[in-house]
Amino acid sequence: MPEGGEAPRPANALKLHIPKPHARPGETPDFSDIDLPDPGEPPRPALNATHRDMRRHAYGLVRVLDMQGNAHGSWAPAIGPEVLLRGLKAMLLTRAFDERMYRAQRQGKISFYVQCRGEEAVAVAQTMALQHGDMCFPSYRQQGILIARDYPLVDMMCQLYSNAGDPMKGRQLPVMYSSQAHGFFTISGNLATQMPQAVGWAMASAYSGDVRIAASWVGEGSTAEGDFHAAMTFASVFGAPVILNVVNNQWAISSFQGMAGGEQTTFAARGLGYGIPSIRVDGNDFLAVFAVTQWAAERARANLGPTLIEHFTYRAGAHSTSDDPSRYRPAEEAAAWPLGDPIVRLKDHLIAIGEWDEQVHAAAEKETQETVRAAGREAEKIGILGGVSAHARESMFEDVYKELPWHLRQQRDEGGL
Amino acid sequence: MAVMTMIEALNSALDTVMARDPKVLTFGEDVGYFGGVFRVTENLQKKYGAQRCFDTPINETGIAGVAIGMAVYGLRPVIEIQFADYMYPAYDQLVSEAARIRHRSAGDFAVPLTVRMPYGGGIFGGQTHSQSPEALFTHVSGLKTVVPSTPYDAKGLLIAAIEDDDPVIFLEPKRVYNGPFDGRRDAPIQPWTKHPASEVPEEYFSIPLGKASIAREGEACTVLAYGTMVHVALAAAEDAGIDAEVIDLRTLIPVDIEAIVASVAKTGRCVIVHEATRTSGYGAELAALVQEHCFYHLEAPIARVTGYDTPYPHALEWEYFPNPPRIGAAMRAVMEA
Repeated sequence: MPEGGEAPRPANALKLHIPKPHARPGETPDFSDIDLPDPGEPPRPALNATHRDMRRHAYGLVRVLDMQGNAHGSWAPAIGPEVLLRGLKAMLLTRAFDERMYRAQRQGKISFYVQCRGEEAVAVAQTMALQHGDMCFPSYRQQGILIARDYPLVDMMCQLYSNAGDPMKGRQLPVMYSSQAHGFFTISGNLATQMPQAVGWAMASAYSGDVRIAASWVGEGSTAEGDFHAAMTFASVFGAPVILNVVNNQWAISSFQGMAGGEQTTFAARGLGYGIPSIRVDGNDFLAVFAVTQWAAERARANLGPTLIEHFTYRAGAHSTSDDPSRYRPAEEAAAWPLGDPIVRLKDHLIAIGEWDEQVHAAAEKETQETVRAAGREAEKIGILGGVSAHARESMFEDVYKELPWHLRQQRDEGGL
Repeated sequence: MAVMTMIEALNSALDTVMARDPKVLTFGEDVGYFGGVFRVTENLQKKYGAQRCFDTPINETGIAGVAIGMAVYGLRPVIEIQFADYMYPAYDQLVSEAARIRHRSAGDFAVPLTVRMPYGGGIFGGQTHSQSPEALFTHVSGLKTVVPSTPYDAKGLLIAAIEDDDPVIFLEPKRVYNGPFDGRRDAPIQPWTKHPASEVPEEYFSIPLGKASIAREGEACTVLAYGTMVHVALAAAEDAGIDAEVIDLRTLIPVDIEAIVASVAKTGRCVIVHEATRTSGYGAELAALVQEHCFYHLEAPIARVTGYDTPYPHALEWEYFPNPPRIGAAMRAVMEA
């Protein structure tokens, strides 16, 4: 390049496309390009539909609830209000838990936290549509799975506090839970690695003549990882009984979904190329997420293979306690999200069908907050993250291998040096 | 007992374990119908069906990731990475996942996985079919790394690896798949049939991981080697007329420190041989262990004979490959120091 400016470019010079979000801080949130079909369209396909039958499901958006809380169409799940109330309470509990633990991080009681505000319906509705023995391979934003499966809140908090009650013995960053008993695979901080593992688990279940299926979750940003491609390829080739979920919450830390290819096509549409039936669903619509998951689970149980689900939602909170979203997106963007808030929308539906009212809701909110407070007090009695670890120094040498080899024994015993 | 090549012994190990344990299954690129590009899984699909021995898409990330999921479920998968040089796409799954899952879940989940990989040079494979990546695994906590050098050991160690409850990287020295190559490339090809370690039980047996063997007893100096280099070191001792004690490490992690110390304490001199590149290679760890445990027995600086810190050169393979003259020179150097 010559000094003092750019070299002249030919008229037919090639151009590089760098994706840019519609709005950055200081700009007005703009979701005008989001096409929202009417609830009920496209309808629920037959269980044995193939990817060829599902272009509208992959490029469109499956919705059940309208924005007034009314359910529409063939996707409306045949579930009683008691199930919906259970879902609402699990979402409320998840949010109350997040709020408290976010504050705990700000108070220096834990080192790190990840909220799922705005995405509660994904983990909670899906878990409720699955069976208890089905194995979940989540990413770090599906704490709603544990809450919906009644994992003790105190144990979750002890993991966050890395205290003496941490079932993971202080080995992992907060939110990296693990509970085989609750069908919840140990969370990895690496992205998308759980996806091929879920496919393998599902293949093992089929190999063993089991009846349990697997499910996995990944953010839309992480679909760019090779592991996602590996998972889709193996799931399709071997017809694995697995549900692969892409939680498209619009943001991967500061990178908008276009940086993962969301400008060109939907994330659900990626599944069609692998021959996998794929659905894009309103991730803030509890009923739609439940229905779509139930459909996918029924397919898997009927040996019809994998399903890809894109949950179209919005990450209303920060990525984690380590980033400030007002540095990379308009502060008003979450409120402008055209599909609202999942808790409000299920609440409105329950009110619309006469099963709930604002007073009861306010009381339920208060009750979940009290439940979380009580659990918090109990967990903090066991300990908070401090200068002195609650865990014996020797414990770090355990579980590296099933049995302690000589070199680790030697390193353990070097302690006094 | 039957006379087997290393390939036949590995095949026999898989056959033996698959017959005993329905939780064992094996897969990889070309592993099923064709029986693997090196024939290690030959006839297993015919015998055990396509559910237990099958081909996979060409995606090492997927092969490893899927196998981890299966192991977590409770199976004992044995995967083949067609060449060790192809393992890099799987590296994240092996290092960040397989190796860590037991620890990060505090024992809630375990990964009894065996990863077979043909490795090493001497076959004119160029830089993508000749590498020795063992140090990339021995550096990772939570993995065990095993390298057999004979058909007998290959079967016994592979069975032990499959039965181990932790992930095991099983590196197969492909240069000695069909015969005990001693590094004298102009010498007539030796078949396994003339080697005593080609006598392999057809039935079940295993060799505990973490135990070295003495390939040649000697008094003059100790040679630490594994895989193909065991045979090259034996030839070097013979050519140089040096009464070397050649230790076949067999397992690199956890390494048999007692065998190393016993030999170096006796000889006071140590030569370390491997095909892999030198800097930060496994030989560096061996040298550190020897000086930590045997410093006052050492009569001479420890010598290393290794591949060079270059990509594996195709046309210059025999300049790169550690051969008997280079090892002999190192033996003389430690003897004369």
